[in-house]
Amino acid sequence: MKTTIKTTSYIDRVHNWGKIWNFSMLFLMVMFPVAVGIIFKAVPDSKGLILGLIATAPMYWAVGIIETFTYIPMLGAGGSYLSFVTGNISNLKLPCALNALEQAEVKSNSEEGEVISTIAIAISSIVTTLIIVLGVILITPLTPILQAPVLQPAFAQLIPALFGGLGVVFISKNWKISIAPAVLMLVLFIFVPALNAGTVGIMVPVSVVFTLVVSRVLYKKGLLD
Amino acid sequence: MDFNVNSPILFVLSGIIVVAVLAQSVFFLAKAWKRGREIGIAKDKLKKTAITAAIFTIAPAVAIVIGVITLSKDLGVPLPWLRLSVLGSLSYETIAATNAENAMGLTFGSVASLTATQYVTIATVMTISILVGVWLTPLVAKKVLGGMINLEKRDRKWSEVFSSAMFIGMIAAFLGFIFCDVSSVFKGSTAGLIPVCVMFVSALVMVLAGLAVKKLKYHWISDYALPVSLVLGMASAIPITAWLG
Repeated sequence: MKTTIKTTSYIDRVHNWGKIWNFSMLFLMVMFPVAVGIIFKAVPDSKGLILGLIATAPMYWAVGIIETFTYIPMLGAGGSYLSFVTGNISNLKLPCALNALEQAEVKSNSEEGEVISTIAIAISSIVTTLIIVLGVILITPLTPILQAPVLQPAFAQLIPALFGGLGVVFISKNWKISIAPAVLMLVLFIFVPALNAGTVGIMVPVSVVFTLVVSRVLYKKGLLD
Repeated sequence: MDFNVNSPILFVLSGIIVVAVLAQSVFFLAKAWKRGREIGIAKDKLKKTAITAAIFTIAPAVAIVIGVITLSKDLGVPLPWLRLSVLGSLSYETIAATNAENAMGLTFGSVASLTATQYVTIATVMTISILVGVWLTPLVAKKVLGGMINLEKRDRKWSEVFSSAMFIGMIAAFLGFIFCDVSSVFKGSTAGLIPVCVMFVSALVMVLAGLAVKKLKYHWISDYALPVSLVLGMASAIPITAWLG
């Protein structure tokens, strides 16, 4: 299972499919508010729209651009096209793909890795979509159960429960390149009050770049052999 | 037609887009599966990947359903259903909806009923602000991944380190985030330790699973180790929160 991507035909086809699917999805998504407006004869409130966009769009566009460049190399081609439509990348799709690559013992930058990560992300997207559909259908009976105070802490701690297990797997295998970024991120998140749930998305690329620099130095010094 | 945030037509519109998302996922799954078989990946390995991914997804997906319920109080069910099925996340949608509602003089969480104009405004702000990845990925993915392939050709070993470093970078950022409220201990609150303790429970489960695989040769455990560590970590949050919260 060491086939590296030499023939790019499959990957090229994935890119072509991805372009068609993502631009089609873009059209559909934009059409939702347009269709609602036409059906109910309503146009957006111009002040609300402009102020709402000014308060929301610049930050999310900036984060979106950085996230796109950060996550594409990790998700692979098929995984990227799917993930950037279905969302929940860092808290679901990427960990799911990482786990699948680990279990299948394939490299992320091989064609096997491309296939495995696409399958994991596609299945994850399908299961997520179906569970949400089920949740929407059963929303009345489910609401008191899922919003029961006793269960709230469990769902509030999804990220720590996810990254505890994932961290053990990846840090134990790459401990030399893990120490510096882990220490840096701990120090920053503990001592900089502005860093919290709202800004962790911005810190991912910062941490990735820092880890790459540290890894490059260690690699050049022959400390990763 | 009278407007209502839970109008049947809104369910139909959201449903059409959700079906399209489902179709895209099935399409890529079928293509990847076929390619996997062509390049000699065993059917069992592909099946195992699919089953593990499905099991792993259940708990986070239920958390997303909770997000739909939370947002539905202001926005009705169809819009949160759509937004959280396509690209959204609870934190983003809450911020986007709050900003749009504030701009129109409303307060998120206490909106009795929305007019069609307010609804279209909120839906437009939520949609436009999150779309970057959808259009940028087709424009840059080939170049970015082509760069990765070139890197692999130039220096295979460094390319492997590069990939691992990217994953570690992401994990390190989230590990840091888990500790972000730890300093509240100095103000007398132990609530900031809850995520840290949950993380350690999850990590401990993973370590035990690793030991069971290595020492006892229970290789099947490794397939379910991450979903199990996730669920047990989440379950541990209930007593830990009661203790420290």
